[in-house]
Amino acid sequence: MIVGSASVVIQYILDSIANGSLYALMALSLSLLFGVMGLMNFAYGELIMSGAFTMYYTHSWGPVGMIAMTVIVVVVMSLLMELLAFRPLRKAGPSTLLITSFALSIALQKLAYMTTNPGIPKTVRPYPWLTRQFEVSGVLMSRLEVIIWVMTIVLLVGMTLLLKRTALGIQLRASTEDFRMSQLVGVKANRVISSAFAITGLLASVVTVLFMLGHGDVRPNVGQGPVLVAFVGGVIGGLGSLPGAALGGFVLGLVLNILQATLPRSLQGHTTMFAFLGVIAILVLQPGGMIVSIRKLRRKRDQAAALSEGAPS
Amino acid sequence: MLEVNELSVSYGRINAVQALTISVAEGEFVGLVGHNGAGKSTTLLTVTGTLRPAGGDVLFDGKSIVGLAPDEILRRGIALVPEGRRIFGRLSVGENLKIGATTRKDKKGVEEDMRKILDRFPVLQRYWNKSGAKLSGGEQQMLAIGRALLSRPRLLLLDEPTLGLAPLMVDRVFEILDDLHKEGTTILLVEQNAARTIEVADRTYVLRSGGRIQFQGTSEELAKMGDFETAYIGMG
Repeated sequence: MIVGSASVVIQYILDSIANGSLYALMALSLSLLFGVMGLMNFAYGELIMSGAFTMYYTHSWGPVGMIAMTVIVVVVMSLLMELLAFRPLRKAGPSTLLITSFALSIALQKLAYMTTNPGIPKTVRPYPWLTRQFEVSGVLMSRLEVIIWVMTIVLLVGMTLLLKRTALGIQLRASTEDFRMSQLVGVKANRVISSAFAITGLLASVVTVLFMLGHGDVRPNVGQGPVLVAFVGGVIGGLGSLPGAALGGFVLGLVLNILQATLPRSLQGHTTMFAFLGVIAILVLQPGGMIVSIRKLRRKRDQAAALSEGAPS
Repeated sequence: MLEVNELSVSYGRINAVQALTISVAEGEFVGLVGHNGAGKSTTLLTVTGTLRPAGGDVLFDGKSIVGLAPDEILRRGIALVPEGRRIFGRLSVGENLKIGATTRKDKKGVEEDMRKILDRFPVLQRYWNKSGAKLSGGEQQMLAIGRALLSRPRLLLLDEPTLGLAPLMVDRVFEILDDLHKEGTTILLVEQNAARTIEVADRTYVLRSGGRIQFQGTSEELAKMGDFETAYIGMG
């Protein structure tokens, strides 16, 4: 009996780690753009949506072709977003960028409703060899879960190496901290911002593939829920810090999944409500995460104001 | 080398700089002094492409650099040591120096310059892996100067590099600038410390509010002007 309940707990945790990992990757992407250009990109959900539709329409190409095409489409979409929607607003404040990202998100969703015939339900057919569960010492897991853990670790380690070891990484971190000064030491604004969007697109495409292979349903608003959870997770961890945001996304994804599995059936529809109540409590009692990001943004704004006033202190 | 012609910069209705004309010749050390709000920092921010002028022109090697992006102006050879140093606190000391060489492609030259800078400022070698935010004000100033030098600038601009530093450190900064000048670096120094600036600079412009030139000349010429001392050195 005791062995049984222990393995149930382990089961919950293993399942939830996979869920948390996807949110960690999403929160990391959001945090990167927030840091580099003060943009909270809610249209990130539509990157996932465009990836999901790509998977649906290219499913017959086989897994390799489908995944390759999804990565290409999502990265290109991310770069186009920057070029067409956000580059013209380079000098705008964070609230303008935020509203633009909402507008872009809604516009892309509506475009998908208009062009993809939503009356017909669409699913990315799962690959049974990926999702079939097998038992390892009393715990059920699937190849997909293992792939999600491995990919998350690979991407987090890859991102860390990129940020710490490469010239681009140093430029990205410097731009996250003080964008104007990074330009004054020769960092090209367009290059570093485009790179941030390309990295965001790459992470989004991986998240899409892993998420859709497990869930399957392709709808125009498929990205909306996940991006909200990732945003809240990022805020808990502190959007101004890349590892903080990833951790926040991971923890929130984990908690949501555990709640989903453990709440009484009648309350299961309200999982997010419980999770977000917890988030409110955390932010009221320990607003560290939120404050870090806000303080950073405020400092950035003050610096920009000081620069444009040019008033020597 | 640098010619600022009839430069005007305004913030909304306020004219921060009005028809300012200054020049810096190759190898020269020029000072720009004046009180708060005299338009000194505004002038440097306009030269480096952070601010757009309302009128006038900025020529570098005879070509206008108005409207160019800050990184392009750096590529042409003008580096800024900004007010408040603006060290990247999340980067290590080593990374802060490396990012200074962003515009360069000659790896060997960068390594050579890095060695020279670490010989000049051994403290940066010692704290190589430490966060830039953990250094003292004086050490950060050396890091900011080192970072700017790594772009191998032809003209080095400094915005109040001694502000907030302990007196001994102030001496050290002026010593460093004097050394750099003797080694052939062209320098435009903005300072509130008028007396010290006039001492080390070849020529100094004294600004009054609105970026208008009140006096200019070599240290000997300025010393001869009677009311200059009472107006500026006494208060500076």
